[in-house]
Amino acid sequence: MIRHTVGRLVATVFIAVVLAFFTLPMLWLATAPFDDTPAISTSVPEFTLNNFAAILDNPYALGSIRNSLIQGGGAAALIVVLAALAAYALSRVRVPGRDVLLYLLLLLSSVVTGTAAMVPIFELATRLDLIDTHLGVILVVSGGLLPAAIFILKDFMDETPTTYEESARVFGASSLQILRHIVVPLVRPGLATIAVWALASVWGGFLFQFILLRDPDKAPGSVILYTLYTEGGAPKLDLISTFSLLYSLPVVAMYLFVSQRYGFRFHGGIKR
Amino acid sequence: MRLPSRPAVIAALTILALSSCGTGTPSGGESVTLTIAANSISGGKNSDSADWIKRWVIPEFEKTHPNVKVLFQPSGVDDEQYKTKIALDLKSRTGADVIDLDGIWVGEFAQAGYIKPLAEVGGAGVDAWEGWSQIPQAVQGLGIFDGKKYGLPQGTDGRVLFYNKTLFEKAGLPDPWQPASWQEIIDAGTKLKAAGVPTPIQINAGTAMGEATTMQGVLPLLVGAGSEIYTGGKWTGASQAMKDVLGFYQQIYGGSGLGDPKLQQEAKGRDKSFAQFAEGKIAILAESDYFWRSVVEPKAGVAPMKDRDTVVGYAKIPARQPGAGIRGQDHVSMSGGAVRVLNPFSKNPKLAWELLSFMHGAAATKSQLAGQARISSRTDVNDEVLTGDPMLRFVADEVLPITAYRPGVAVYPQISVILQEATADVVSGKSADEAATAYQTKLEGLVGGAANVSG
Amino acid sequence: MSAADAAGLGRGRAVGFVLPALVLIGVFLVFPAIWTIYLGLTDYRLTGLAAANPQVVGLDNYTAALRDPRFLGSLWLTVVYVGGSAILGQAGLGFALAWVLRTRTGWVRRIVEGVVLLSWILPSTVVGFLWFALLDRDDGTLNALLNTPGFGWLLDYPLLSIVVFNVWRGTAFSMMLYAAALENVPPSHLETARLAGASVFQQLRDVVLPLIRRHILTNLLLISLWTFNDFTPFVLTGGGPEGRSEILPIYVYNVALRGGQLGVGAAISFLILLINLVFALTYLRLLRGRRGQEPAPVGGPPA
Repeated sequence: MIRHTVGRLVATVFIAVVLAFFTLPMLWLATAPFDDTPAISTSVPEFTLNNFAAILDNPYALGSIRNSLIQGGGAAALIVVLAALAAYALSRVRVPGRDVLLYLLLLLSSVVTGTAAMVPIFELATRLDLIDTHLGVILVVSGGLLPAAIFILKDFMDETPTTYEESARVFGASSLQILRHIVVPLVRPGLATIAVWALASVWGGFLFQFILLRDPDKAPGSVILYTLYTEGGAPKLDLISTFSLLYSLPVVAMYLFVSQRYGFRFHGGIKR
Repeated sequence: MRLPSRPAVIAALTILALSSCGTGTPSGGESVTLTIAANSISGGKNSDSADWIKRWVIPEFEKTHPNVKVLFQPSGVDDEQYKTKIALDLKSRTGADVIDLDGIWVGEFAQAGYIKPLAEVGGAGVDAWEGWSQIPQAVQGLGIFDGKKYGLPQGTDGRVLFYNKTLFEKAGLPDPWQPASWQEIIDAGTKLKAAGVPTPIQINAGTAMGEATTMQGVLPLLVGAGSEIYTGGKWTGASQAMKDVLGFYQQIYGGSGLGDPKLQQEAKGRDKSFAQFAEGKIAILAESDYFWRSVVEPKAGVAPMKDRDTVVGYAKIPARQPGAGIRGQDHVSMSGGAVRVLNPFSKNPKLAWELLSFMHGAAATKSQLAGQARISSRTDVNDEVLTGDPMLRFVADEVLPITAYRPGVAVYPQISVILQEATADVVSGKSADEAATAYQTKLEGLVGGAANVSG
Repeated sequence: MSAADAAGLGRGRAVGFVLPALVLIGVFLVFPAIWTIYLGLTDYRLTGLAAANPQVVGLDNYTAALRDPRFLGSLWLTVVYVGGSAILGQAGLGFALAWVLRTRTGWVRRIVEGVVLLSWILPSTVVGFLWFALLDRDDGTLNALLNTPGFGWLLDYPLLSIVVFNVWRGTAFSMMLYAAALENVPPSHLETARLAGASVFQQLRDVVLPLIRRHILTNLLLISLWTFNDFTPFVLTGGGPEGRSEILPIYVYNVALRGGQLGVGAAISFLILLINLVFALTYLRLLRGRRGQEPAPVGGPPA
């Protein structure tokens, strides 16, 4: 019993420390946007909302968040749908060497998401006439994230029981129906998690978005954030801090929504 | 039917449909479209320049060219990223018709075949342009590579020593102050230190400051020691001049307390040096006139000083000792500046030249400067505009005649990095000789052996 | 075949399901990746003469990189970074959190999970500014809290700083994965072990580990790969001071984008791939080594 109490105490202290560690860095985001003269430090702000007025004056700021939503949302949707289909099939049908193939694709994705791949990616997009389109960004970033999404989801689907699918099949359901009505509900929290992960990954991406787009009215928030500097490269912190907050909110909102509605977990709805 | 995948599919399809509409080429019977690309954006980096293009250049040009539609393609990001994007565009033979470039990129872009001499692209009108006579030869040099004119310079800048008059008074130093040698800078620093100034001198060093180290530090000092980084096809190696430069760094950062070595290593060190100068913690700072215009500028600067005009002084950068600079000069500086080039793959090159030369006419240049003073490429405009700002007048009159420019060749960015690394070595405690030797080794590796290195 | 094919998918339909993803991956991943690997064999540059007329230089880029002390230094930093922040930090802390929170419910769990996940999904540039504000030398929050004004965390301990930063950044994924894995451990097994007097360590080793082996493998494969390619520390230290936090993705950025040497950058990207492969094979060996003698690694006996 004593051991149990001590263990409980240690766990509580641990949780408190972790909580402090994870919260501390976020203070800046809570104070700087409201500070009259924001600096690279967290301080009790001289409260003002002027920074918000200033960022609203920026002709691209709000539109860029909409663009982030289009590109991030589009990529997340595409990734979830394609990865779910592929992961399900790979999980249920034995293809020789599928694990090795998946891992190889995962490795290749590390090459393509790096700086060195920008010329091939750019030339490819030029030849497919995808420059300066949302679609181009969506396809390029999805290509880089899909292997990891399939990899995670397949693991996930491997663990969902197949008995329901067998009975559904006995009752004559088609395989797409089985996927929709039986498998998807089972793995829904996982799909939601992958969606948020994909959205968050696209949300912060800069380099490919920047080289693939021309019209700043299509630029996502990550690109516009980089424009809030002076000609000499000094950050305009009043704008940056405020924009950072606005630009983070949609991701946080999506996370809250998803975790509220579907649960934010890497496991299915039923326990075995 | 609760199918989370269905809205997702619909969303994906909608986006596919929407964005593919965007790719369609603009339909417009006879009219011609010209595009301007610049590393500026409204509400962000170089906002004024972007606003000028949108509010002045485009409407004014379209007024006289009724069938032409001019578009603006802003960027406003880090220079290297902008350069990458433009290079990718030109590599795939697309991109805007009139393009902003840093003058330092002209050589490497020309070598890659991304840009062609103006006369080759724009036709006979180029050489006949009235503006050439207004642009001083040295400034024209920003757009020249291998003796051919590739771009029109937009303006230039100069490097000086800024100093805080209040701190100088406290240390019993004169105002105006004009050091005649490096030793006089050190002497002033020593007095300032004794008077309690935390960081008397800030000469940019280290790799974190990037090109600011090379342009505000190594190169002005090097020309002050009588040597240019690249002359007659050879790069300056671990010569005496280079050792003098690194020795000067050592005097400042090697334990004398005159400079703050840590600041040189910080990722945001340059921004901090601005803030510390504005707060009166740094007394002497080598910077370009950008510092005056955009950093300590009383209203819109990033580190505004409300009393800038009375507190901030400026002096020419001295040679190591009188007469020791390049061309036997007593004082030296370095300059750079942006140019505009024509896209050789433009569908309407003649019209693009018309737009380009229009943007560099006297009326356009004056309008670009409206309200803010900075040094344009045109003498006629400078004479008119700079009267309101004594500091920029000072740069135009006293600094530009003695300044020097960087070599516009493709390997320069890498040379710049190893120069930064040499200063970083000194800041972290190596001797000037050690740093110079290491630099020499790296230099030979970059430029293809000792045959291309002098000194 | 049909025994494994519970949904009656059949090869044909399975191919149909996989095809869309495969096409997208083929066009936007495999093709540019192979192109990049090819560029690694040339002296291609973004600008200058080598841009107009790139030459195939064979393995020169590779031999030059392997002889370059800067590359080797960067490689070592990266190995320490991955080992410290991903394998020990993220996986360790993630598992600890999953283990501790497993028995909790209600607001404590929700808040802890929420904060950990928030640090995972915030945009990377924003995160850079957050950590700057925390670690800054002059007026950082940490120095204010510890009363150590002027202490340059990012200057004196750059590698440690980005390791801790990445633990903060990426623990969420491991936490979620292990939380899922722990749900597969029947509470009755732990109860039995506890009643038999097993310590927490013994419970973990003898009951939990065999059941979650495969999750550990998945987790380690992914987080090391991601950490190996993690560019985010750039916003914090820019690789400095003097390259002391220049991990490989930052090195590639400096070489390929700043230096314009795309051929060399591509070659190093491929080297990173190979190093990841070595890591993966090591994990496989360690975690699947005794597979034959273990019960099926997934699932375990029915609850």
